[in-house]
Amino acid sequence: MLLKIDNLYVNYRSYWYTLKVLNGVWLKVERGERVGIIGESGSGKTTLLKTILRILPQNGIISKGEIIYEGRNILKLSDGELAKIRRREIGMIFQDPMAALNPVFKIRDQLYDILKYRMMAEGRNPSSKELYEESLKLFNDVRLPDPDRVLESYPFQLSGGMRQRVMIAMALASAGKLLLADEPTTNLDVTIQDQILKLIHRLVIEKNLSTILVSHALGMVYHMTDKVYVLYAGDIMEEAGTKELFNKPKHPYTQLLIASTPRLSSIGVGEGIKGKLPDYRNPPAGCRFSPRCPYVMDKCINTKPGRIQLNNEHVVSCHLYD
Amino acid sequence: MQDDVILYVSGLKKYFNTTEGVVRAVDGISFNVKYGETLALVGESGSGKTTTGHVIMGFYPPDDGKIIYKNKYELSVPMKKRPLELKRDIQIVFQDPGTSLNPKRLVKDIISLPLLIHKIVDKKKIYERVAELLEYVGLSEEFMFKYPHELGGGEKQLVAIARALAPQPSFIILDESTSALDVSSQAKVLNTLVKIQKELRLTYLLITHDLGVVRNISQRVMIMYLGKIYEEAPTEKFFKSPMHPYTQMLLSSIPTLSEEDEKIKPKGIESIGEIPSAVKPPSGCRFHTRCPFAKPICSQQDPPDIVLDSNHIVRCWLYE
Repeated sequence: MLLKIDNLYVNYRSYWYTLKVLNGVWLKVERGERVGIIGESGSGKTTLLKTILRILPQNGIISKGEIIYEGRNILKLSDGELAKIRRREIGMIFQDPMAALNPVFKIRDQLYDILKYRMMAEGRNPSSKELYEESLKLFNDVRLPDPDRVLESYPFQLSGGMRQRVMIAMALASAGKLLLADEPTTNLDVTIQDQILKLIHRLVIEKNLSTILVSHALGMVYHMTDKVYVLYAGDIMEEAGTKELFNKPKHPYTQLLIASTPRLSSIGVGEGIKGKLPDYRNPPAGCRFSPRCPYVMDKCINTKPGRIQLNNEHVVSCHLYD
Repeated sequence: MQDDVILYVSGLKKYFNTTEGVVRAVDGISFNVKYGETLALVGESGSGKTTTGHVIMGFYPPDDGKIIYKNKYELSVPMKKRPLELKRDIQIVFQDPGTSLNPKRLVKDIISLPLLIHKIVDKKKIYERVAELLEYVGLSEEFMFKYPHELGGGEKQLVAIARALAPQPSFIILDESTSALDVSSQAKVLNTLVKIQKELRLTYLLITHDLGVVRNISQRVMIMYLGKIYEEAPTEKFFKSPMHPYTQMLLSSIPTLSEEDEKIKPKGIESIGEIPSAVKPPSGCRFHTRCPFAKPICSQQDPPDIVLDSNHIVRCWLYE
């Protein structure tokens, strides 16, 4: 087991109110496993990834739970120990490279920084020649043409696809064991998206990385993962092997979500889901999907459903299966 | 001009001057839209699809070309010179309902404004009409007294659709109208669009990059790349036998959700390269820089229109 998250609660606090976002999330990642998290925007996917690296904004409070990474609880590590993990073991691809890259520094400065800290964490003191060679290696990995120009460019001088490749190179530089990908292709065109996904897929296999891929694009998760978690309003609704989940979804939310996706082979989409995400200031006490669920029962409103193991690779959190 | 054509576009060009040079956003495109159909205009960012829609709406005049609406209106004149009844007849639904609805107005005021301007109903009956419109797009009357920020993404877009329907148009431009939505709310919006089109006999120009949406609601498809249209076909044919290499690349890039969908994707073509800058578009066929089948002639001359059968047109030297 590489990563095990249990009973994780995260709130965002402001002066007037508290947003109760993650509501007892669980998650397991084995070595070399590719895990997907699907859910609508605002369901807490990015918050979950940021919690793993402990890079939540200042008002993000982890109120309960544990994140066990290789036998150690990340939430209890000292800053120094955590820094070592961030520098060599876990890398993250952020959603919007334009926001994640610093606009006033050249790519070279930003990439060298990451490489330098990683190498120092490995007990080396790299020369600028070593840094340059390492960058070329990374750029080659992500198939970035014309590396010398890219190194000397500012982020705004690159195209969207190139920026995303730079972003991936940076994540890879520090991802020794685990790669977190937060909607890695949302802002890209479909042909570029295809290239980037194939690239990530190849790199993950070549380097034997574990990954957590977060996305609202179901097709992408279907192709890139072994196991999927369905996150809705900060609650894990369902966990299953990828094929199993998409062919035999059990939770009403998952079923509606999959039925709503337009297909190429047939006409007609499902009804969709009425309503919107609950207000995180005052979320439903029971199942957080209950206000929108077509099968809602009395106990759904007041009692939060537990984890129900349907078979060895399928867990659902829904009173229908009690 | 045929009788069944509502919008006739010929040789349309729109250039923009920027500090880096002239951007040829739309560079000579021609097409027809027929009464009551949904025509999808598909392309990646920078292909000029939104510019095309905005020129038709009259946000800016074209640099060249002819746009004729309902056989009597010339749309290449600036917005100010368009008669009121023409403005009423063509409406648009934008991509992001978060920015296209006024955050300081109640839903009832947002929808009643076009009713007032175009004098659609008597002033006393205006809120009755607003409630009807809301009900029509599947929202209850209570939504009248909500602000946009109180609504979910899909509900906001339904309000935007109700606003577009208010002046009783016959032509609606859907400019990436469902791209900003989650699939769960997108489904509702798509179903509503299909329903109202049938009942009101509307014509849609669907501008999108999402081929899954195209498959579900349009009858014909046009593929645009760097300001030019490269393929035009009825939807069924388009997905069954895509001809242009760019179309094939687009289709093969879609991450599908099932084995049946996977079978539809063309085999043997892989996405390479990126869309070049529209300031200096490649010569000849603009796709030749990324095309795996490019021949010498592709970089020298524009491909001709090749009519495969009466409604399937492809512009590619491969089929010459």
